[in-house]
Amino acid sequence: MAIVETRAVTKVFKAGTLGAVNDVDLRTEEGEFLVFLGPSGSGKTTLLRMIAGLEVPTSGEILIGGEVVNDLTPRERRIAMVFQSYALYPHLSVYKNIAFPLKAQAVPKDQHRKKVEWAAGLLGIGHLLERKPRELSGGERQRVAVARAIVREPSVFLLDEPLSNLDAKLRASARAELEQFHRRVGTTTIYVTHDQVEAMAMGDRVVVLHKGVVRQIGTPKQVYDDPADTFVATFLGSPPMNLLENGGLIVGFRPEHVVPVALAPSAALKLELKIHNVEYLGSEWIVYGKPEGDRAPDKMVISRLPTADLEIGTRHTFAVAEHHLRFFDKATEKRAPARALSWP
Amino acid sequence: MARRRGQDRALSRRIGRGLVIAFFMVFLGFPFYWMLITIFKQNADLYETENNPFIFNASPTLENLRLLFYETGFVRWLGNTALVGILVVGITLVLALPAAYSLARLTGKWGGRLGILIFLTYLVPPTLLFIPLSRIVALLGLQDSIWSLVIVYPSFTIPFSIWLLMGFFKSIPRELEDAAMVDGLTRFGAFIKLVVPMSTSGILTVVIFTFTLVTQEFVYALTFISPESHQMLSVGVPTYLILGDVYFWGSLMGGCLIASVPIALVYNLFLDRFIAGFTVGAVK
Amino acid sequence: MAVTGAPRARKRGKRSSGFGLGVAMFLPAVVYVLLLVAVPFGMAFFYAFSDARIGSGGEHFVGFDNFASVLENPTFRKALGNSFIFTISSQVLVLIGSTALALALKDKFRGRGFVRFLILLPWVAPISLGAIGWKWILDSIYSVVNWVLIAVHLVKPFDKPMWLGQPSLAMISVIVVHTWRLLPFSTVILLAGLTAIPRDIPEAAAVDGAGFWRTLFEITLPMLRPILNVAMLFGIVFTFTDMIVVYVLTAGGPYDSTQVLPSLAFFTGIQGSDLAAGAAISLFLVPLLVIVALLMLRVAHRAEVT
Repeated sequence: MAIVETRAVTKVFKAGTLGAVNDVDLRTEEGEFLVFLGPSGSGKTTLLRMIAGLEVPTSGEILIGGEVVNDLTPRERRIAMVFQSYALYPHLSVYKNIAFPLKAQAVPKDQHRKKVEWAAGLLGIGHLLERKPRELSGGERQRVAVARAIVREPSVFLLDEPLSNLDAKLRASARAELEQFHRRVGTTTIYVTHDQVEAMAMGDRVVVLHKGVVRQIGTPKQVYDDPADTFVATFLGSPPMNLLENGGLIVGFRPEHVVPVALAPSAALKLELKIHNVEYLGSEWIVYGKPEGDRAPDKMVISRLPTADLEIGTRHTFAVAEHHLRFFDKATEKRAPARALSWP
Repeated sequence: MARRRGQDRALSRRIGRGLVIAFFMVFLGFPFYWMLITIFKQNADLYETENNPFIFNASPTLENLRLLFYETGFVRWLGNTALVGILVVGITLVLALPAAYSLARLTGKWGGRLGILIFLTYLVPPTLLFIPLSRIVALLGLQDSIWSLVIVYPSFTIPFSIWLLMGFFKSIPRELEDAAMVDGLTRFGAFIKLVVPMSTSGILTVVIFTFTLVTQEFVYALTFISPESHQMLSVGVPTYLILGDVYFWGSLMGGCLIASVPIALVYNLFLDRFIAGFTVGAVK
Repeated sequence: MAVTGAPRARKRGKRSSGFGLGVAMFLPAVVYVLLLVAVPFGMAFFYAFSDARIGSGGEHFVGFDNFASVLENPTFRKALGNSFIFTISSQVLVLIGSTALALALKDKFRGRGFVRFLILLPWVAPISLGAIGWKWILDSIYSVVNWVLIAVHLVKPFDKPMWLGQPSLAMISVIVVHTWRLLPFSTVILLAGLTAIPRDIPEAAAVDGAGFWRTLFEITLPMLRPILNVAMLFGIVFTFTDMIVVYVLTAGGPYDSTQVLPSLAFFTGIQGSDLAAGAAISLFLVPLLVIVALLMLRVAHRAEVT
């Protein structure tokens, strides 16, 4: 087990253009499950590939277990990686796929079967060892890829969107399995995803990336409840955080905190909304309303309610408790301290 | 330490790659470089074994090219090859286009199997057929005429063209023809007015490959045609630029290079399609 | 039932209405090719069992006489052996060389397009002309190869190798020139196979701890096998049935040391006017072609299945 650390890591693919990864500093804890979260093109995969040794950083240092590994090949870094496509070797059986890292790292041959069976057993694929990858379902392939990664007992475990090729139902169960699995082996794990649900559910901490820059590092609760800037505020949460401009400030609040005024405490921001659309999603209602007056013209405020019996076109008063309000600087879009609002 | 090691490894990888490429560039490219040098050398320079052959020991000359163009059948052969090429391209397109379309679309599952059979005829070499064909050509009274080649060459250009075009037609969505037929065209009308115009790049590929196959062919041209003036380039240059024991090396090399490079340039543009035609689906 | 029946019925209807047109579009090409491939192919068998000669009419059936006399002919036996030496040696060289070259050309670098063009030249240029270029390079008096060897004192000026004039050297020369000719073809096919391997796979091998050679022999080459098979099958046909390199470089000499089946068939059947014997010799190409065709069908079938 080891700690992974990056120091001012930058990757520029084409000289003169903006880097894919810019000046990233981060440090995992021992045995932590760290998630890189960001939209496509945010640099999360590039960052992971640099840690794996598949890309060379333009500048900065990468440390694994306290040692600078910039110029070590992937094999010398003692890491394991699961690829988005799983990258199973199509011509080898499942057994040989899992045994490949053992062979490549010159583990004595008499230990292979025991180790392969251990890894396969851990993932419940012991009965598939003689199959070829093309004879497996998507979920089984994913397990083989994970088994191949853990069989050599790596010091760091890297996963690049390992669930994105599975259908929605399978994804939920595979996610739970991966979580359990991590709890059992306790290896330091870095997990890349663009799916906020995966990030929130699995991560000990989440690193939110955008355009190659780290926007925030924190526990799922921190990044959701206290976003560091407007990007994090809107990227996490579905529907995203409402943002309204007010002077030099942007005021943000989550849709689930927009409630009928009767349910709100007295210290609350009141909003007069004209109902524009209502969507019924079974467990909840999504209400789209336009603020009345000149508070935020043309801006839609979204509310998530357990029940909502609202006619489109009617006007209602909603409120957001003051302790649910988050403030951002309008110029920098960074988090700003709470202050009194000056709405008319 | 670690940094140095990583850089060494990357460097040695690059040097290894450079050496491999350099070796094969010399091996594969040298004959053409040598042709180029030889063309412009004076005979006195060429035929003096003491001279360093890599440099011009006497001033460069255009005499070899003049000889090639004005005193040999070279221009004639160029013309013959071009004429045969154009006619064979015509015959190939007229027969291969509908056949490929029919195989790709109309005859269903059997289309694929027949297609592979057609492809296999490409494996039947001229060296197996030239003896009977020489008899057939004689029976038709076509010996020593380039018409014999015009008739025989499509027998190997058609199969390969059908194979190439089949892949091409399969990539055109069926819905387009269905739409055209709903709009009032017949199936054949849809083929002529819609599919053929949409396939210009596929047709161009067939034109190029048919033409190169014609210029490369040697065995039939050697077997069917003897008079110098009726020769094709591939046979004329190596046969008639040699008088008994006398080789006109400078002119010979000129003929080789002039006939090779333009074909190579065009061919290069269509390489990827050509590969797709050859790999029988083993690459996806 | 009605729901599943309807589309099937429609499909059948469509096929029968298009079937006649399909045949009409397909038939001319098939007839043309059959007339010029299948008919002469059959005639080759017919001649091989007859006493046909150029200039004489009226053949007679002579049974296996031609095969018997051909098999007794030492030149034929020599040519048969040479054909295998020629094919196997050049194929081995081509496969090793083209694999190395394709691996070197796999990644993008500056000037790759130009290198590819240059490397392709031997395949694209008419082979009879390329072979003439080699004839000049290997000339008995003016060979540049010998000049270089003398200049670096590897051979003595009065004891120069006669590349095309000494039996074993002539065979080596013919093999090398044919390797030269086929290498580009095999390289571009392998290159297509290499680029079709997803980038993830070699990367996964690197992360798993495999070095360059292990990745090459345990991952890359096994994954390339189907396409290597295609390149090799074509290479075998192109080499085994080729007479151009031999015809231009050595005309089968010296003392038939480079004579191969196709060139012998030509010299016997066309230049020697003995069509029957020529046809009998060329028929010895058929068994190998049949084997290659069957293997090719297997490759095509596998490609369809997976």
